[in-house]
Amino acid sequence: MEAFLSNIDRVVDGFSWTVRLTLFSAFFSFVLGILLTAMRVSPVPLLRGLSTAYVEGIRNTPLTLVLLFCGLGLNSALGLSLHDRVMWDVFWWAVIGLSAYTACFVSESLRSGINTIPLGQVEAARSLGLTFTQNLSLIVIPQALRAVVGPLGSVLIALTKNTTVASVAGLGVQEASRQMKLMFDQGIAPVLPTFLGFAIGFLILTLPTGYFFGWLSKRVAVVR
Amino acid sequence: MTSTPLVVLENVNKHFGDLHVLRDIDLTVNSGEVVVVIGPSGSGKSTLCRTINRLEGIDSGVITLDGQPLPAEGRALARLRSDVGMVFQSFNLFAHKTVLQNVTLGPMKVLRKSRTEADARGMELLERVRIGEQADKYPAQLSGGQQQRVAIARALAMNPKVLLFDEPTSALDPEMVQEVLDVMTDLASEGMTMVVVTHEMGFARRAANRVVFMADGEIVEENTPEEFFTNPRSERAQDFLSKILTH
Repeated sequence: MEAFLSNIDRVVDGFSWTVRLTLFSAFFSFVLGILLTAMRVSPVPLLRGLSTAYVEGIRNTPLTLVLLFCGLGLNSALGLSLHDRVMWDVFWWAVIGLSAYTACFVSESLRSGINTIPLGQVEAARSLGLTFTQNLSLIVIPQALRAVVGPLGSVLIALTKNTTVASVAGLGVQEASRQMKLMFDQGIAPVLPTFLGFAIGFLILTLPTGYFFGWLSKRVAVVR
Repeated sequence: MTSTPLVVLENVNKHFGDLHVLRDIDLTVNSGEVVVVIGPSGSGKSTLCRTINRLEGIDSGVITLDGQPLPAEGRALARLRSDVGMVFQSFNLFAHKTVLQNVTLGPMKVLRKSRTEADARGMELLERVRIGEQADKYPAQLSGGQQQRVAIARALAMNPKVLLFDEPTSALDPEMVQEVLDVMTDLASEGMTMVVVTHEMGFARRAANRVVFMADGEIVEENTPEEFFTNPRSERAQDFLSKILTH
């Protein structure tokens, strides 16, 4: 355990990248997820089709493949760069891959939330003269979001853990699991205590997330 | 009373699958008139009410509002709907908004009024339906009768040309029916144009200018309430009335 603790600055640095990956990916996947859901329920068949194809396509692809496509495909093979410094370049590619993937789950959660809204809410909004977009943004999405705060918490927890795939898939973000592997490879830390230490690190991130979303879900629930 | 036609349905037909729910409906509602639609369940009266703001589409025929045919969709339809207030059987107040927000949403988002203006008018309407003190509560905290009065205020806030009521008291506990009917009677006497689908025969007698009796998707009889209730011409109306007016 001492060897682990003497390397605590590397551990903390690793988790700081984990947190950054999680926060940026959470933001972009949330925005993209709402957009996908709006397309999915829109009256335009083309938009519905695009959204369905995207969600079903990406949701059923392993995250490793999505991230490999971003890292090896777009970044390395095609030479698309998002930042001059490699450290940030791979970071943003990882964020894009994680967001693209997680957005599908955000969208599917939201869509199940929409299904909990009584049709009467939408009819009342229509009969006031609200347009489709207003109906969606003022009545449907706000109520759907409140209904799926719990499931969205699960999506966020999954995202936090999924950030570890970034380094496995060749995007060398110095996040926690990569730091752990480096510490093993360099033989500077005994295996079991290090595993345990990193596992506890993830629990410290994810457990409060779960409790917070559980609390928030009760707080904002729509009473009918 | 003026006799400008406000809502006109001409030869309207609608099917739900094989079911012919509206058959060659012709109906004119004049400005300032209160038309009560009654009839047995499944007679198409709710559907008729819902076609007037196109919550239900129609298969054939023409519906005009103030001389304009109903647009099929999009912004034009939204604009038209803002002129037609609707009160539902199950209230349909926005569950995530307060009572006052329910009433001010339409004026602010559709009519582009300022919050100050919408709030002032909203409070005035809530007072009018005698529920001003509940403005900051959420719909689920109110009784059914209170919710329905808020729904009426919400519809009024748009300054509609006509108000549609789709069985507004059918989901209420008996002791709450009267408070809603009182508000509706006030509106009727103030000259609001109203189309009311209801089973409340007392209200029909008291407030209606005209009673429309529907059965099996057809308008069977139209008359003044006095004539209709005391001297129904059609057999079906006689049969219907004998079943409900037992005292």
